[in-house]
Amino acid sequence: MKCFRFATYAVLCLSLSGGALAAPTADRKAELMYLLAQDCGACHGMRLKGGLGPSLKPEALRQWDAEQLAQTILHGRPGTPMPPWSPFMSHQEALWLAQQLKEGISQ
Amino acid sequence: MRLKTFLILMTFLPGVLLADCLQRGTGDMGVIIERASGSVLVIDTSAHKVLSHVEGLGDLSHASVVYSRDERYAYVFGRDGGLTKIDILCGKIVKRVLQGGNSIGGAISQDGKLVAVSNYTPGGVKVFSSDDLSLVADIPATPFKDKRSKTVGLVDAPDQRFVFALYDTGETWILDMTDPARPALTKFTNTGRLPYDGLITPDGRYYINGLFGEDGLALLDLWHPEKGLKRILDHYGKGEQQLPVYKMPHLEGWAVAGNRAFLPAVGHHEVLVMNMSDWREAGRIPVHGQPVFVMARPDGRQLWVNFAFPDNDTVQIIDSETLKIIKTLKTGKGTLHMEFTPRGEEVWISVRDKDEIQVYDTRTMKLKTRLKAQKPSGIFFTDRAHKTGL
Repeated sequence: MKCFRFATYAVLCLSLSGGALAAPTADRKAELMYLLAQDCGACHGMRLKGGLGPSLKPEALRQWDAEQLAQTILHGRPGTPMPPWSPFMSHQEALWLAQQLKEGISQ
Repeated sequence: MRLKTFLILMTFLPGVLLADCLQRGTGDMGVIIERASGSVLVIDTSAHKVLSHVEGLGDLSHASVVYSRDERYAYVFGRDGGLTKIDILCGKIVKRVLQGGNSIGGAISQDGKLVAVSNYTPGGVKVFSSDDLSLVADIPATPFKDKRSKTVGLVDAPDQRFVFALYDTGETWILDMTDPARPALTKFTNTGRLPYDGLITPDGRYYINGLFGEDGLALLDLWHPEKGLKRILDHYGKGEQQLPVYKMPHLEGWAVAGNRAFLPAVGHHEVLVMNMSDWREAGRIPVHGQPVFVMARPDGRQLWVNFAFPDNDTVQIIDSETLKIIKTLKTGKGTLHMEFTPRGEEVWISVRDKDEIQVYDTRTMKLKTRLKAQKPSGIFFTDRAHKTGL
């Protein structure tokens, strides 16, 4: 986001960019879950049990912590079809998604 | 039971059974996958109508369908390993088996008697009787790490064969089912890195693997399997930065116009044009995003292309002669699949996020009508029954 130098905008600018660091809003969470089921699901299966890509069930992800998973979501895995999702979500959002995967998503 | 009672029952019984089933031909029918709800719609392409709604098919993300040769039964391959036989006249499941843990599609044999399924887990191909879905043959794939290689790109081929690729180990296998008790395998281990899908030409002669892990495609001439695989378009994309692929392209069917074939590029926002007489590149068409399906209208005059996320709200139409984009349609987010009516006057397009099917007139390229469908993905018309590789 472009921040304006004008002092009057400073408060607004801070509060908006600060929002990106906090947990995603309820609307954004719903969007991320939809993305997970529909678009991640294209390779990992809509029920996340795997497809061309591996299973994303908690038992399959045990060896990685949420931060490692977030990095994989954001930057992809070179040499595999896993692409980087950083153009479409922030670090905080990827971390939230990774935490959901670690906990398990009931479907 | 007394004879009289029995005879009376017999008079009524067929009537009762038939009452739920349609009495009509099936040549203008089809099935649409509703991926999120594990259901399918049976539709009429002449009347633009939904005829029935069949539920209970499990996980249908990435589901596909083949038809019995009488065009009455649809075999639905689900993601969860489910293989379901549907009677489209009755709108009912005839038989359903959970044959694997995770699958990716299937094919029906030349004689219509066998249905083969391509599995990720356990990696391999299983062959079933198309009649009662009993297991006929189990073909495990080559071991890879602690599992078996995933299988992809399974198609039927002439002479009662199936052809498929092994994703993890880079192989292509021909499975000859002439004698169902003795499945015969011919293996080619030099396919290339990560074959992600395969297709066969409409005449059933050439099988082509798309490769994700390296440049080019692998070509197998089924008239001369002894000659092995040949790498084609291997200079393609060399030294160029690959773009991220948010959905793998599909090599379904074979978009052919005249002597040219059209394929989705991988990691490039282009449609590749190939000269079929020498298998050399004959051009590239820059398009809106990463192409997923490149489908030729049955007469080959137009190519309709849809795209991977985040460009999956668009369809582009290419003139196959001039190689120019003649129309860009904003169909809506989650535009997943396209299917032409048998002679191509219409194309049906599934738009997931709008929960609808859009029907376009291919000549005017204008929307004709819409049908409601829940999170629709694949669309499969019955004329596939008589096409090799579909």
